[in-house]
Amino acid sequence: MSAISSEHDDHAHDHKPSGIKRWLFTTNHKDIGSMYLIFALLMFFLGGAMAMVIRLELFQPGMQFVEPQFFNQMTTVHGLIMVFGAVMPAFTGLANWMIPIMIGAPDMALPRMNNWSFWILPFAFLILILSLFMPGGGPSFGWTFYAPLSTTYSNDSTALFVFAIHIMGISSIMGAINVIVTIWNMRAPGMTWMKMPLFVWTWFITAFLLIMVMPVLATVVTMVLTDKYFGTSFFDAAGGGDPVLFQHIFWFFGHPEVYIMILPAFGIVSAIIPTFARKRLFGYASMVYATASIAILSFLVWAHHMFTTGMPVFATLFFMYATMLIAVPTGVKVFNWVATMWRGAMTFEVPMMFALAFIVLFTIGGFSGLMLAITPADFQYHDTYFVVAHFHYVLVTGAVFSIIAAAYYWLPKWTGYMYDERLGQMHFWCSLISVNLLFFPMHFVGLAGMPRRIPDYALQFADFNAFISVGGFLFGLSQLIFVWVVVKCARGGEKATAQVWEGAEGLEWEIPSPAPYHTFETPPVIK
Amino acid sequence: MTKTYEKYYVPAQSPWPIVGAVALFCIAFGAGHFVIDISKQQSGFGGWLLLLGLAILVFMLIGWFRNVIEESMSGLYSSQMDRSFRQGMSWFILSEAMFFMAFFGALFYGRFIAMEWLGGASNNAMTFAILWPEFQPSWPLLKTPGGIETQAMPAWGLPAINTFILIVSSITLHFAHTGLIQNKRGQLKAMLGLTLVLGAIFLCLQGYEYVHAYRDLGLKLDSGFYGNTFFLLTGFHGVHVTLGAVILLFVFFRVLKGHFTPEKHFAFQAGAWYWHFVDVVWVCLFFFVYVL
Repeated sequence: MSAISSEHDDHAHDHKPSGIKRWLFTTNHKDIGSMYLIFALLMFFLGGAMAMVIRLELFQPGMQFVEPQFFNQMTTVHGLIMVFGAVMPAFTGLANWMIPIMIGAPDMALPRMNNWSFWILPFAFLILILSLFMPGGGPSFGWTFYAPLSTTYSNDSTALFVFAIHIMGISSIMGAINVIVTIWNMRAPGMTWMKMPLFVWTWFITAFLLIMVMPVLATVVTMVLTDKYFGTSFFDAAGGGDPVLFQHIFWFFGHPEVYIMILPAFGIVSAIIPTFARKRLFGYASMVYATASIAILSFLVWAHHMFTTGMPVFATLFFMYATMLIAVPTGVKVFNWVATMWRGAMTFEVPMMFALAFIVLFTIGGFSGLMLAITPADFQYHDTYFVVAHFHYVLVTGAVFSIIAAAYYWLPKWTGYMYDERLGQMHFWCSLISVNLLFFPMHFVGLAGMPRRIPDYALQFADFNAFISVGGFLFGLSQLIFVWVVVKCARGGEKATAQVWEGAEGLEWEIPSPAPYHTFETPPVIK
Repeated sequence: MTKTYEKYYVPAQSPWPIVGAVALFCIAFGAGHFVIDISKQQSGFGGWLLLLGLAILVFMLIGWFRNVIEESMSGLYSSQMDRSFRQGMSWFILSEAMFFMAFFGALFYGRFIAMEWLGGASNNAMTFAILWPEFQPSWPLLKTPGGIETQAMPAWGLPAINTFILIVSSITLHFAHTGLIQNKRGQLKAMLGLTLVLGAIFLCLQGYEYVHAYRDLGLKLDSGFYGNTFFLLTGFHGVHVTLGAVILLFVFFRVLKGHFTPEKHFAFQAGAWYWHFVDVVWVCLFFFVYVL
């Protein structure tokens, strides 16, 4: 698909600036990608530490370790950090690193803005974390910040939350503009749309979603700000507004947002499965169309988060059926991945293991999503641990597993060394077992009626919760193995070849490992 | 594909992004504290930090754009680069459009759903009977269920004049653009200057309208859903007009210095697109906020 026909002179300009200035002032997509990835990993552990606090408190019924108000802050900030600080920056980091290489571009289209996008993030999260130390504490209304929890009943520090979200949004929009312009304008000659690797395609569509919905998030936090501090009544019926309006605007952002966190994962899995099955991806074009369909449908399903909040029946029906429709393109994808493996010459290196786990476990999360889409059933499931189980299956064993798979898959390309396969396998099996101990029983306690976001629970849930907490601690510990693997790989090991994986195809596998500081200063010709 | 690929200019290291990030930190952290301080009627560092952040942002923008202009004038930018800028600006405008779309969506929801339901429409008879049985749903919402009263801003006075001014400014800007393309620098300068004057008049009239609303009509930011949407929509629009005017002002200075050619004038193009965009938003605003 993408054989390079001309030789390059990539090494002549392979000089890196040194010291801290390299990172502060950089315009290099690889440096910026690395910073995004490291930042995401740090945030993953910070958000994970908050999850550990939550699981510690829920280990036994009754109040043991933290105040309910602090518990609420932990659930809120855990969610915000994992969504905006870990998963999204990790995908943006992967996009920065890989997209220019995959399409044969010299860098991102707007390199300085790229660096700005990144550096906003640490500051935004600094504000969010500092707000936890304000008098009265930080945000405690859940990551969805429903009004009136975030307006009438919120802490003084809500303004800091609002402005932190604002600058995170600016960062995301600039990042998305950069990705979309890079893909549109910087493809090497011959890299036609339908030759692009699926990771590029899925990111193209993700960037479109980001540009469409991040401004809507900005709108809704602005309304929260004015409602709380300036006397407006967008979400207050006494002034002619409606708290349900909050949910409509929020989820108009929020539903595309959850696909922003999964579409790049589809792209990663679509890269890894063919490599280790040593077969072309089955149904490339249908993958592209399925991704686009999912993106379009994501704008039409937002109110399935609101079945219990009050809507006319026809609206409920519309959102129920539209939501179920998403199972069709998603099913196409899962089918294609399985068909790719059919009679493939498979090997099971760590990226492949995580990708396989992704397919199985993400599908479980997808099916519980279908259950939740059924309105009358959702009346029972809503706001229970069943929902928590559902979205952790799609976000942890979905998005996070795909990010880990991508890290293992491309680490040799980034560092020039092979990671330790034995440690990687250990990381995989520890993660796989503990993550299911952690999230699978949540389905059962949820179906039995245990509400989410509450620091205490009825006695009958005690055994399951202890079990879940143990799973949680084990999953947290397992991720330390990952850090060990990454650090070890960065410091040395078996030299990686250019192609790294026997079955790997694509431009990124035709440049040396580690990838030179500048790649494709003159575009390659793709046949 | 038969495109020819020139070398794509990848700038060397630049200090401006990190300066910009520090600026945004000061603005966000400062603004957050400032708002909290105001609401508690206390004094704090918030306002000063916000001002400092804005100052750093202005410093950053001047430095960053100076670099970009220098690079552009020294011919570093290929046509592919120019396309990147244009596409980037287009997507940015789309994101701005979505920002306003969400506010318009809130306006429609409040007007056609929330207000009607509070008045007992659909299956909400009991909501109406129990919560605010006195409430009369009618738009503009001049008396909220809670009892705050206000007056509506009439459409056919100042707002209509303002609509006319802004549409004319879009037309003059278009003629400035044709002047640039046909290399008639006189027409370019005159028409661009006229656009700026019209934009300034629009902003002054908007300011006067706000004074009028607060002083004479009792129409305030906190006078219920009508006042909320009125001030946030027109207010954010006004901010965008101001930004557009500042962009065009700098473009005007660059025109006076002899920058831009009929073929290459991205900054002019971007400023013009932005101006036309705020114009379109205003036309929607005029109909949905004032007339209908």
